Amino acid sequence: MPAPMSSPRGDGLPRMDTTLAIETRGLVKLFGETRAVDGIDLSVRAGTVYGVLGPNGAGKTTTIRMLATLLRPDAGTARVLGHDVTTEGDAVRSLVSLTGQFASVDEELSGRENLVLLARLLGFVRQQADERADELLDAFGLSDAADRLVSTYSGGMRRRLDIAASIVVTPEMLFLDEPTTGLDPRSRNQVWEIVRVLVTAGTTVLLTTQYLDEADQLADRIAIIDHGKIIAEGTSSELKASVGSGAFHVRVRDPERRAEAERLLADALAVPVGLDADPAALTAHGADTERIAFALAELGRAGIGVSEMSMGQPSLDEVFLSLTGRPAEDPEPSDEEDVA
Amino acid sequence: MTDSTDTTETTPPETATDAAAGDATPATTTTSEPVISESTLRAALSTRTRPPRPSGVTASLIFAWRAMLKIRHVPMQLFDVTVFPIMFVLMFTYLFGGALADSPREYLQFLLPGILVQTVAWITIYTGMGLNSDIHKGVFDRFRSLPMWRPALLVGMLLADVARYTMATVIMLGLGFALGFRPDGGPLGVVAAVALLLLFSFALSWLWTVLGMKMQTPEAVMQTSMTVMFPLTFASNVFVDPDTMPGWVQSFVNNNPITHLTSAIRDLMHGSPAGSEIAWVLAWSVGLVLVFAPLAMRLYNAER
Repeated sequence: MPAPMSSPRGDGLPRMDTTLAIETRGLVKLFGETRAVDGIDLSVRAGTVYGVLGPNGAGKTTTIRMLATLLRPDAGTARVLGHDVTTEGDAVRSLVSLTGQFASVDEELSGRENLVLLARLLGFVRQQADERADELLDAFGLSDAADRLVSTYSGGMRRRLDIAASIVVTPEMLFLDEPTTGLDPRSRNQVWEIVRVLVTAGTTVLLTTQYLDEADQLADRIAIIDHGKIIAEGTSSELKASVGSGAFHVRVRDPERRAEAERLLADALAVPVGLDADPAALTAHGADTERIAFALAELGRAGIGVSEMSMGQPSLDEVFLSLTGRPAEDPEPSDEEDVA
Repeated sequence: MTDSTDTTETTPPETATDAAAGDATPATTTTSEPVISESTLRAALSTRTRPPRPSGVTASLIFAWRAMLKIRHVPMQLFDVTVFPIMFVLMFTYLFGGALADSPREYLQFLLPGILVQTVAWITIYTGMGLNSDIHKGVFDRFRSLPMWRPALLVGMLLADVARYTMATVIMLGLGFALGFRPDGGPLGVVAAVALLLLFSFALSWLWTVLGMKMQTPEAVMQTSMTVMFPLTFASNVFVDPDTMPGWVQSFVNNNPITHLTSAIRDLMHGSPAGSEIAWVLAWSVGLVLVFAPLAMRLYNAER
């Protein structure tokens, strides 16, 4: 369909922009003795991407399933686009789409059949459904594989089909549960690109992820959750400021001057600097980004040549370490989340 | 010396490519170089208008169509409704025919309506097994998060199963006619009998639907359904007239819904009055749906 409203910015945003797309208060979900979600308060502004970051079993999937009306909260309230998930489930379902953690497409059908099936279930008549399926297959680079069974698709193709199936009718709200887990880097970039375009079209996206850089790339705000509780919330820069950077590596040109570099860096960075096995290399963890820039300038002023340097993102482990004082453990393979 | 500098210089890029290659999904990704352009993506997103949602009937038929598509992709799914019926008709006709009646051909007049009931009733248990392996797949989360008449998915699956039962029925009748089955009730009687059989089977499959959602594995579903089906189908009038059975067995057999169904179908096919037997079958069918359909829906809506 050639879009009559050619500016995607125009169609979805104005009405919702200032309202909250998701608002939860004290959301709780129990699985037997386990408090899978233990009092979560979320406020997600419409038209933004919200990232829920946490290790396996932290309660991410359970939260998303409650918001998508697949699970009933045991306590607390949740409103999605103004509708209560327990009392107005049908209204919520007509505004949201869910892309589950394990591809929510039919493996025993072809890609095209999957999309036609969903289009028809959403009310498109036969021919419209076919056209819509073709349009989506084309947009998601799946035209060539359209008539193959989904069980023969690669992980990235499956994910793209999955997201295409979620936007047969562009939803007001899209839930993406670990959209890139298990994907190769290129497929991951494609999924990111799709999410970005979706947001410019006015859809609010709530995504869960185990990867800090994914939340960083996509999300306007991030909640870090652990054992069913939010342990930190904010924009990516706010969170990173509280955590510092990841590993900062420097290789000096002259190994003779490494000791001198170590002293300079330790002063400038205000964190301990470690000496690597490589006689010219040094590493520091958790340094503030601005101090790193300053530290490099200091090395330059002292005339210490730098042959290589790199700065890693703080990993989820480092974030956890700094927030909880313990690494992001991987509790038992998250059975509850799988079955739930 | 030069060697060592060489290695240090080449090591980083090498490890980088290794890591990248290790991450990449092998083979499949290369065959499908995806072309995603932002503009086509944007255009595809412009469809925000939602058509009116389909009626419950339409949604159910769409799910029936889904089941048909699956059969088209994996025709082996039809094994149970093609090979079993043929096997059953041939086996029972020729094993028992001589002993129980004077000839296989004579026995067939009595047996065919019964074996039809027995076979189709057994095939209904595949409904529960299929559902059990289907329902835990991720795609069901998507279906359940769609704004639609919620029973549509189960009703659609059961409708598709009715199509499978029809196929088995047609095959058995065809084979029966070829072997010399001559119903006195004529085409009308046969069609009425088949309609009654399909109605009862549809009702019965709600029971397996409940089991299919309640049980953990398809094997458990299979075992439970078999435990139900053996007495139901064998302690009935499918193979022999119950008159020769001991009294306590008769009291079970005569109140067995399969007996009612078999009698009704026999009478319809052979043109005998079947009013009260038909009424029994209708009552059983309504009862099964009234009890198990709401139960199935409750399980379907329940959390997983």
